[in-house]
Amino acid sequence: MCLAIPARITALHDGAMATVNAGGVTRDVSVALLEAVAVGDYVLLHVGYALHLISEEEARETLRMMAQTGLLQDELAEMAGTSGGQGA
Amino acid sequence: MKYVSEFRDPVLARNLARQIAAEADPARQYAFMEFCGGHTHAIFRYGVHDLMPKNLRFVHGPGCPVCVLPVRRLDDAIEVAEKHGAILCAYGDMMRVPGTGRRSLLSARAAGADIRMVYSPLDALALARENPQAQVVFLGIGFETTAPATAMAILQAQAEGLANFSVLCNHVLTPPAIRHVLEAPGIDPEQAVRLDGFLGPSHVSTVIGAHAYAPLVARYGKPVVIAGFEPLDVMQAVLMLIRQVNDGRAQVENQYTRVVTDTGNQKAQGVMAQVFTLRPAFEWRGLGSVPDSAFAIAPEYAAFDAEQRFPISDKASRETKSCECPAILRGVKEPKDCKLFGRACTPETPMGACMVSSEGACAAWYTYRRAEAMGTPAPALEPAQ
Ligand code: SF4
Repeated sequence: MCLAIPARITALHDGAMATVNAGGVTRDVSVALLEAVAVGDYVLLHVGYALHLISEEEARETLRMMAQTGLLQDELAEMAGTSGGQGA
Repeated sequence: MKYVSEFRDPVLARNLARQIAAEADPARQYAFMEFCGGHTHAIFRYGVHDLMPKNLRFVHGPGCPVCVLPVRRLDDAIEVAEKHGAILCAYGDMMRVPGTGRRSLLSARAAGADIRMVYSPLDALALARENPQAQVVFLGIGFETTAPATAMAILQAQAEGLANFSVLCNHVLTPPAIRHVLEAPGIDPEQAVRLDGFLGPSHVSTVIGAHAYAPLVARYGKPVVIAGFEPLDVMQAVLMLIRQVNDGRAQVENQYTRVVTDTGNQKAQGVMAQVFTLRPAFEWRGLGSVPDSAFAIAPEYAAFDAEQRFPISDKASRETKSCECPAILRGVKEPKDCKLFGRACTPETPMGACMVSSEGACAAWYTYRRAEAMGTPAPALEPAQ
């Protein structure tokens, strides 16, 4: 919960919301705390809010490392398992 | 060197290990606190501690949100669900933390309370919309990584006129906790942990920015190096800390410039400043009462403050007896010093918060160094190289 997950923005919606894909899990999140975002951008996601733009390479490396440590599976299960998530 | 083959760049890892060994002064002892539980996890998973010289040790810090939440606040959350009939929404990490009498959110739910696990405060808002007749309470916990999301949810609830939504606010702040670890008030200096510097958290720092640590560094003369989560980041940051110590410097340095800026996310800082006010003091597990270290909901948003909405009773909350979590969070004990570790207390049957979350020191020791902590040598996982 305290760790951010890298995610890719796949669609933008009204109300500063966006659909993202994080390690195969799709979910609607808020991008209200970022200055400007576009489809295809990579963001660091904290509990449903995008808080930072990152590079694709940074996103890939962070996902790889989180997968190796088992932290990714926990985070993704939480993301997919509650009302806003749509599963992998 | 175990696990080195799993590093992104094993050659770089070996070179960094060599460089650290070459620059660490054998006449000194180095003790660096990794504040963040995510770093603890990465250090253990990749065996970074095994790549360090003998005179360098990592001290685990209090940067694990569910670990530092005192038992009283968890008991309050259970009360809000049980006595006041609210739908209580909590992060998954919170669910199995034992409260007084080892009652957890999970056991309260099994006994009939309406407690939901959520990934985001957005989910709690959705529940408030779907259940207009019910009171929906979000248990806000965590550091500066989760606090902006809670603040945003309150602003959203206000904009939508969601009168049945409120927050039990327990958000805590990183710099005051570091200050508290350094001041160690009320602790015999002989017993206090001696530290030479800090690995600054990765994700908290994306929000608050590198400059947020400057006053601490200036006042206490201990270096802070903000480090990424990769084991290579951690090693690089350790080298930067060693150099500062050897040169007699104390500065904020940023190893994680790929992501962390000097000023952080100012929009996130803005919403926190708008919605929250500083509590004069807040009780942390382990650290005790820490001045100016936590957020309450500002009076303008009192309508969304669960502490105002529900009459929360005074109660005698108690930690599990013999759980050493408080001393571990101060950095003065290690999980192996707890006689319940790995016996009565395991991730399946946690007796204390430090065993529940993957960011907790007991959970990290249990996963990666259990045999060593329990007094038998660890089996070699990968042949030494
Ligand atoms: S092993 Fe369990 S009981 Fe012991 S300090 Fe850790 S969390 Fe507490």
